[in-house]
Amino acid sequence: MTWFFDNIDMIRELFVRHAWISVVSTVIGFVIALPVGWYANEHPRLRGVAVAIVGVLYTIPSIALFVLLPGILGTGFLSVINVIIALSIYAAAVMVRSAADGFGSVSPAVLDAASAAGYSRPQRVFRVELPLAGPVLLAGIRVVSVSTVSMLSVATLIGVSNLGSLFTDGFRRDFQTEIVVGILGIVVLALVLDALLVLAGRLLMPWTRGQKTVSRLRPLDDSVSKAVQAP
Amino acid sequence: MSVVSDTVDWLTDSINHSGTDGIPNRLVEHLGYTAETIAIAGIIAIPIGLWIGHTGRFRGAAVALTGALRALPTLGLLTALALIVGIGLTAPLIALVLLAVPPLLAGAYAGVESVDRQTIDAARAMGMTELQILRKVEIPLALPIIVGGVRSGVLQVVATATVAAYVGLGGLGRYLIDGQAVSDYAQMAGGSVLVVLVALVLDGIFATLQRLATGRRPQKQTSPA
Repeated sequence: MTWFFDNIDMIRELFVRHAWISVVSTVIGFVIALPVGWYANEHPRLRGVAVAIVGVLYTIPSIALFVLLPGILGTGFLSVINVIIALSIYAAAVMVRSAADGFGSVSPAVLDAASAAGYSRPQRVFRVELPLAGPVLLAGIRVVSVSTVSMLSVATLIGVSNLGSLFTDGFRRDFQTEIVVGILGIVVLALVLDALLVLAGRLLMPWTRGQKTVSRLRPLDDSVSKAVQAP
Repeated sequence: MSVVSDTVDWLTDSINHSGTDGIPNRLVEHLGYTAETIAIAGIIAIPIGLWIGHTGRFRGAAVALTGALRALPTLGLLTALALIVGIGLTAPLIALVLLAVPPLLAGAYAGVESVDRQTIDAARAMGMTELQILRKVEIPLALPIIVGGVRSGVLQVVATATVAAYVGLGGLGRYLIDGQAVSDYAQMAGGSVLVVLVALVLDGIFATLQRLATGRRPQKQTSPA
């Protein structure tokens, strides 16, 4: 406890750093995955290809990608850019599948109705498909956000500091408290980001408020196992 | 690109092809840890998962547990256990088993749960005992999903075993950690390429197993609604 208060500034700094890297990577992954998932859903043949590519990407262990990206991209080895790109790739890999499922969950009858009511194609996409796919998209991004926060800590091993630095430092100094603080920091951050996503979902999709459609852990189960079981 | 050719040089250098620190030995170690961990985790998780799926009891607890363990940072778990248990193979292997349990458990209960209730009722009506239902109906029908759980567990272990080199485990992760310590990028990249290949090959093998497991079930009848 004393250690915690003595080092509160350092911990806060690592926490903030961990938070922004996770958030930026999750957002980039989401923004990339949304149109890809939509397109994949529109073209069933491409869907198989997209899901296969995404499955292969997800298979690559994160530590290996953290090491290989600087070599492939020519960016500095210690650059945080590598880590953001790697995490964005994983985020997109999970999210593409989620997005395709989300757009696929919109009933064709609703789409026909929208067209019949005079919606143009882009209008229909943004005003009908996107909001109706919302709950599945939210479930997907919640999974991505938790796994991104957890995965980032591994980047410590290649020298990019974040809350995971408390693990390596605590290990080197044989100091359990520091590791426990690191784990708690990561769990708290994951919970905070998850709560923010749920809140954003409530604000953006007020019609889902009353119903308890998206349970906390079930979708996490499903989409992760789906992502990993991609053929 | 020199980075690529350095990596290729490292991978093809005959000095890296024999001895304790040679690629064959590290590869065998890595596969050994993976097999050992999956075997132990399977013995623990699959019977429990089948039981949860069959009875529906403790389902909520299993879902919460798998979710919570998934959010746990692997490096944190590894370093914490290494300090508690001490340096050596025990701590990383315990961590690997802990991380392999959730996907295996989820695969087993989700698989059994996915079996059509009517099929189970039919089996029961034919006079099968609960154990017979599990053995002859639920497990065969759940097999693709159970294998899918093993598949994600294997990938999880391959990745985590690499990270576990930091707390002293052997295997391919040694190249990443030891290379980092002496700023030898070719060694790190070479090790990473090997880890990626191992993950892709194992994933391919399990994808095939999953397909074989699916092939055993009769085609689903699409009844007119």
